[in-house]
Amino acid sequence: MWQALAAEVRLAPQRSRVSPEEAQRTLQAYRTLARDLASARELLPRQAATAALESACATLHVAVNRTPRYADSRWLTLFRDRIPQAARSVRGWALWIALLLLASTFAGWWLIRTYPELISLIASERMIDGVEHGQLWTDQILNVAPSSVVSLRIFSNNVVVTAGAFCFGLLFGLGTFYMITLNGLMLGGLLAFTQRYGLGSELLRFILAHGPVELSVICLAGAAGTALSESVIRPTWPTRTESLRRCAEHLGPLLVACALLLLGAGLIEGFISPDPRFSIRFRLCVGFGYWLLMLAFLSGRLFPKPKAVEATARTPRSL
Amino acid sequence: MATEELTVRGLTGVDLKLDVAGIGTRAYAFLIDWHIRVLLCLAWILLGVLLARVQPHWLHIPPGGRVLASLMVTLPALVCYFLYHPVLEVLMHGRTPGKRMAGARIVTREGATPGTGALLMRNLFRLIDTLPILYAVGVVCCMLTPQRVRIGDLAAGTVLVIDESKSRSKSLERLGALAQQSSLEPGAAALIEDLLDRWQDLEPRGRSTLARGLLKKLDSAMPPPQVDALDEVRLRARLQDLLGRA
Repeated sequence: MWQALAAEVRLAPQRSRVSPEEAQRTLQAYRTLARDLASARELLPRQAATAALESACATLHVAVNRTPRYADSRWLTLFRDRIPQAARSVRGWALWIALLLLASTFAGWWLIRTYPELISLIASERMIDGVEHGQLWTDQILNVAPSSVVSLRIFSNNVVVTAGAFCFGLLFGLGTFYMITLNGLMLGGLLAFTQRYGLGSELLRFILAHGPVELSVICLAGAAGTALSESVIRPTWPTRTESLRRCAEHLGPLLVACALLLLGAGLIEGFISPDPRFSIRFRLCVGFGYWLLMLAFLSGRLFPKPKAVEATARTPRSL
Repeated sequence: MATEELTVRGLTGVDLKLDVAGIGTRAYAFLIDWHIRVLLCLAWILLGVLLARVQPHWLHIPPGGRVLASLMVTLPALVCYFLYHPVLEVLMHGRTPGKRMAGARIVTREGATPGTGALLMRNLFRLIDTLPILYAVGVVCCMLTPQRVRIGDLAAGTVLVIDESKSRSKSLERLGALAQQSSLEPGAAALIEDLLDRWQDLEPRGRSTLARGLLKKLDSAMPPPQVDALDEVRLRARLQDLLGRA
């Protein structure tokens, strides 16, 4: 019988799709091994047989405890339930982070307007030269690389900023605040600098289509990072580690949403924003429309629940 | 230094013990993975450069499109480099080729295979673990935590454990074969096999005493005075007979 069990221990972890018969066989093997292990521990402590059983049982335990593969329903649950839940839970933080971004943008704008020489701290020589000669750095984007490549580069850059705003929240929120403030200062500084050379409206025109969602996503990631920091500072579970894990698990779907939204923003920034053929009205429509789509997505209105499910959810438990 | 263990509650109520992988195993697995990634990226870049030089029309590069060509070559390589761990860990259920070679795998604190979300979260926190250079934060965290985990593992609720499923199954197979061939209890058979395996390493007097003790208890066909009369060679042969008896 142990030969058959050994074969099962070898095969079970390798199976990616399991038939009901195979699953039953694996469970039966697991039960048998666990029973033998319990006896072996009692009768033969620290023996080769016990060690072999211990190892075999652990291997089957890992193989048996695997997340089921219901790809469709898991995606649906992610978009319909988990993302809106996570977004709702950080709504308050998102407002505070948006305020911080706004305040730091204003600070950056004031700083560069008052001390223009400080622009060298946030912009490269090439950018400064270009603006001083009446040309925005965004004008040349499409001459350097095609829109698709620009989109990909912008997307990856934004993902790094978003991931950073979330992960650095672990440093008691200081990392997140630093990243948000830095981004705000840079945005405000660049606005003031371009305004000084009469290119402020050009820059606004550039960021109109993709900016609303991009900045909102950064705020959302910052809010998630702040929530993460709160889970460490004020744990709601017995240990800080457990609290961090639960919080990260809860907020993970929000990062998936952020990545998807940034993909869209990257495409807009690569294909629409640098193209002078698109009018301001069109850019405004794209920017505002995409922002509304983002709100619908995050609030769960894009994937509404079936009415029966909603009714069940609302039914009081006592009934 | 004793190996740390992760004790998890089995589905049948029997606790299971998994050996936690230390920094050495982690570093070994990472180095193998790093070499694989770098080799893959270099191979891709080399292929791209060769194609761009020999058959530029295959890549549809317009004349003078050097930036585009370099991006077409470097971007997939970068994607391969940075997505290596998350993609392979998800596809291989918490393992990578490096971890496989190092005999390690990622499990949850309950000993289960981690889900996609946990694995992605674990990789996301490499941003912090790699700070400031060479995974310094991760290494310090591994040294300080009881289960030798880095920050990514803390956030994802995962642990890197030693996975010897191959040698385990072999060992179980061996015990199975013994149980089939011998009329002895599996534990007793394992005991004799253990003694025979270590026969050369043991002191002659000690191994004879052990063998006699075992034979007196387990070999009902031979009376104790006869066992006492056996010399070392015969003791060993008798133990082997006992194991192979149908």
